Amino acid sequence: MTIESIQNEIIDEFSMFDDWMQRYEYMIELGKSLPLIQEKYKTDDNIIKGCQSKVWVHAEMNDDKLVFTADSDAIITKGIIAILIRAFSNHHPSEIIDANTNFIDEIGLKEHLSPTRANGLVSMIKQLKLYAIAYQTQIN
Amino acid sequence: MQTQTSTYSNFNIKSIRNDFPILSREVNGKPLIYFDNAATSQTPQVVIDAIVDYYQHYNANIHRGVHTLSQEATEAYEASRRKIQHHFNAKHPHEIIFTSGTTHGINMIASSFTSLINKGEVILVSAVEHHSNIVPWQMLCERTGAILEVIPMNTDGELILSEFEELLKKQPKLVAVTHISNALGSIIPIKYIIAKSHEVGAAVLIDGAQACPHLKPDVQDLDADFYVCGAHKICGPTGIGMLYGKEEWLNKLPPYQGGGEMIAEVTFEKTTYAGLPHKFEAGTPNISGGIAFGMALDYMNSIGFENIAKYEQELLVYATKKLLSIDGLKIYGTAKNKTSVISFNVGDIHPYDIGTILDKLGIAVRTGHHCTQPIMDFYNIPGTVRASFSFYNTKEEIDVFVEALKRAVAMLS
Repeated sequence: MTIESIQNEIIDEFSMFDDWMQRYEYMIELGKSLPLIQEKYKTDDNIIKGCQSKVWVHAEMNDDKLVFTADSDAIITKGIIAILIRAFSNHHPSEIIDANTNFIDEIGLKEHLSPTRANGLVSMIKQLKLYAIAYQTQIN
Repeated sequence: MQTQTSTYSNFNIKSIRNDFPILSREVNGKPLIYFDNAATSQTPQVVIDAIVDYYQHYNANIHRGVHTLSQEATEAYEASRRKIQHHFNAKHPHEIIFTSGTTHGINMIASSFTSLINKGEVILVSAVEHHSNIVPWQMLCERTGAILEVIPMNTDGELILSEFEELLKKQPKLVAVTHISNALGSIIPIKYIIAKSHEVGAAVLIDGAQACPHLKPDVQDLDADFYVCGAHKICGPTGIGMLYGKEEWLNKLPPYQGGGEMIAEVTFEKTTYAGLPHKFEAGTPNISGGIAFGMALDYMNSIGFENIAKYEQELLVYATKKLLSIDGLKIYGTAKNKTSVISFNVGDIHPYDIGTILDKLGIAVRTGHHCTQPIMDFYNIPGTVRASFSFYNTKEEIDVFVEALKRAVAMLS
């Protein structure tokens, strides 16, 4: 599946809910399925700056696909990073670099896109893309 | 909020709330409940009007203008300085220096002390300080080779005074402590700390940022050498605050910044400085802010600090009791003397998660380390949720908040 089709799938899932509370509950649920980062990678170097809660992300190549794992000490943040990873993980770095992130807006999490929000969604997206750029550079 | 009542009869809460236009707005479709007062207070209409009035009628640069507008602005600005003087019971108006806020005042003193502190000399702060009352002193230590020592706290969030007295044996040059802890609400016995510090010849700076919204400090009675606060926590605007300094100290300290306003005479060879307070007020100040600061104090005094303190204590007791009925809720900061600030966590739920859900329900609280990372390290927690109440809050709001919190906890557990 392309990143875009996964994003559309996520949009469809979220469209079933008509209030914010259900959306947040679903997001928390998705956080539980997050591919967890190994303990040894939970280092200060892997913490994403700009979040009030701690978010660790690790990336490694599996064949020609970039695979992300992550964790957070706050469960809403964990849900947010889980959604991002579901969309981005297991894709070629070039696809990740080119992917747009408008789907965040469409699933009703627009408020989290503001750079002043303490959850650092913007920082998370930036970090995932930076990993993709780094691995793409290696490939080239 | 339909039924705003108070059991404290001298207090017309409904009319007070009407003074604050922001309190009638909605957030995320719910009536705003503003419990982030320890970060900044809301602004009554009279203060907003004072700012507007200045820009509409007498906006001009102060002090040197011969024209009418400049004289009116100067008069209003200086009248405000005298109001602040009387409010804090300073001996002279020129002991009140306008600053941009508490942080600015502390930095001013820390910077001016550079030439008065020597290598190896001790500066004393406490374990409950805001970063603003730690970092400027660390920077002073870096510049001079002085040593920073810390008065420890107990698990209730009170300073351990026996340890403080031990530390005084190191003959500190300067003691900088907060009047009230922003993260925990503990009221620090500063009068005692000042008296003891003076016995060993230390100068004392008090960070009054959190105290001034709740009580009326008398700087002469306290015998503080320096007392700093910001207007925005006392119903005034942001970007303005005051530094009180005893005349003899302010005369002794070198100026902090150079520029206009602060000079007597300037040639390229030498500049002589203006007298107090202008020596410390380089450049065009925040004139409307200074004037509005005075108006904010007038407003607070018209309600009366005794009334405010009594009512806020009621809110504190009420909220503490209700919150403690929630399973797994732990309050950080249980000092015997505290103000209307409650820092807490529920089980192992991250404070950020709780803050996010409460915001969705129209409730503003603060989450995180509250610029007091050493306190969070002391308790070994990432942060807390902090609800801080002001005299315009109500018990009904606390009821809504507690129900919302229960809802958040159910979602997040």
